[in-house]
Amino acid sequence: MPLSEKGLVISNQRVGRDLWEMEFLAPGIAAESKPGQFVHIRVGDDHDPLLRRPLSLYDIDQNLGRITLLYKIAGRGTNLLSKFNPDQLIDVMGPLGKGFNLLQGRRVILVGGGVGIAPLLFLARELQARQNEIAVFYGGSSSDEMCSPDRFVNLGVGIMTATMDGSTGFKGLVTDMMKTSIDPLSIDYFYTCGPEAMMAAVAEYAVQHDIAGEVSLEEYMACGVGACLGCARKLKVTDNAYVKICKDGPVFPMHDVELR
Amino acid sequence: MTKEVKQVLVDMSVNLGGMKMQNPIAVASGTFGYGREYQDFVDITRIGAVIVKGTTLEERYGNLAPRIYETPAGMLNAIGLENPGIDVFLNDYLPSLRQDGVTLVANIAGNTVDEYALISRKIDKHPGIAGIELNISCPNVKQGGMQFGTDPELVKQVVQAVKSETKLPVIPKLSPNVTDIVSIAKAARDGGADALSMINTLMGMAVDIERKRPVLGNIFGGLSGPAIKPVALRMIYQVYKEVDLPILGGGGIVNTRDALEFILVGASAVSIGTGNFVNPAIAEEIAQGLENYVIEQGLNGINELVGAAVL
Repeated sequence: MPLSEKGLVISNQRVGRDLWEMEFLAPGIAAESKPGQFVHIRVGDDHDPLLRRPLSLYDIDQNLGRITLLYKIAGRGTNLLSKFNPDQLIDVMGPLGKGFNLLQGRRVILVGGGVGIAPLLFLARELQARQNEIAVFYGGSSSDEMCSPDRFVNLGVGIMTATMDGSTGFKGLVTDMMKTSIDPLSIDYFYTCGPEAMMAAVAEYAVQHDIAGEVSLEEYMACGVGACLGCARKLKVTDNAYVKICKDGPVFPMHDVELR
Repeated sequence: MTKEVKQVLVDMSVNLGGMKMQNPIAVASGTFGYGREYQDFVDITRIGAVIVKGTTLEERYGNLAPRIYETPAGMLNAIGLENPGIDVFLNDYLPSLRQDGVTLVANIAGNTVDEYALISRKIDKHPGIAGIELNISCPNVKQGGMQFGTDPELVKQVVQAVKSETKLPVIPKLSPNVTDIVSIAKAARDGGADALSMINTLMGMAVDIERKRPVLGNIFGGLSGPAIKPVALRMIYQVYKEVDLPILGGGGIVNTRDALEFILVGASAVSIGTGNFVNPAIAEEIAQGLENYVIEQGLNGINELVGAAVL
């Protein structure tokens, strides 16, 4: 059950260019959280900027009641978020939305682009606990805009990086690196989050090889709970009706979504 | 000496044109779904009235994305009245909603005067709805909606048509996108309205300079939030002076002070809209805040404050 909680900020630091990591204690929300769900955060006390910011769960420590977020400063809201200091309280609603389908004992590929890597860490942790074989592919434009792969490495999960400028790892698209690195016959499932063009390339590859998977989508949101109907998206499988990214998603079956 | 605990009893209830509310706080249509979406965050039995999402005769899928966009101290929305249609609402949603003991208000929109009448007839046959808010002011649909709310003659016709189909209190929601709000309010009164709801959103737009395109899929959207509060206050003040009908006032209310401002310029009750997105418990908090204020001021009830700032 989702709830509203005042989180206690433990740390909030820059981990790349415009890329930040925040840790806060919110035991109620942490206890309920599943990979792929999100929290809806108030970034200030006054009303400009007005709306909450939806952020996916980067990592959770349920024993400590600790939530970690990875976010990119993209505007006024996330800029204000970066100003939070340790010991400050932060107004958080969550966990919201439907998360990833957690498979058991399968061979899975995780593909993250940019800050879209965020939900894949918590996912990797939970998939690891369910005896899956996991390979992560992480792409970005340049190494200084990416977080360290250490958190994945520390889980014992293999991760390969790609950058457009070749500053680290493979030079080029993460999806091109992925295609040359895996044997589709040995893959059971894809999980992906990042730019839609990247997710579309993953989905295209998955269709060609008849492999299922899930994507995590993003859209402007107001309420975060399915009340305002603001974050609408058409699915291929539901004639003209719209689904709501906040409530029906943000995770959807890969082949149901028309990616842009 | 024993300390005597004085029980303070103040009357927070409101009679909005025949519709009884336990307190003056309503949540606005389209910002609270069907009352259930926020149930984990707020005790809806403590809200004076829940005005559910706008309902049309037939199912509507709504507008293309993006449907919302944040603006300075506000937001634009162009949802496009997405809803399952009146029959699904009445048969599938309403039965469980009315068990919650909440004052439920329907909000209806039609393409024609006859459609408003037909939807109202259907609602009148079902128990559990305390009033009907007429959406004659939605800026985001191509047919109907706002065009009804900007022409006094049409406003009168719609209200009359609905009144002839139901005994429930009928509350037209006025569009601020007009030159003379008072003439629209008078037309609603002349059609037999029991109360007025004001204001709906102000029509606006946003532009994406990278794509060189309008941001919203619908191009235009309705502006809401604190940015529109001064406009709402001004219009309610004008209408309160000229038209003898109770007003459900709203537009950018995010705290108790805002709610008091609306009441002081003539609103008998207030509606919280965009504020629900910022703080889902806001309706409950403002209801308590108003009660505290009435006690502090040594008043008997909230009604004593209505219109007190109107000169």
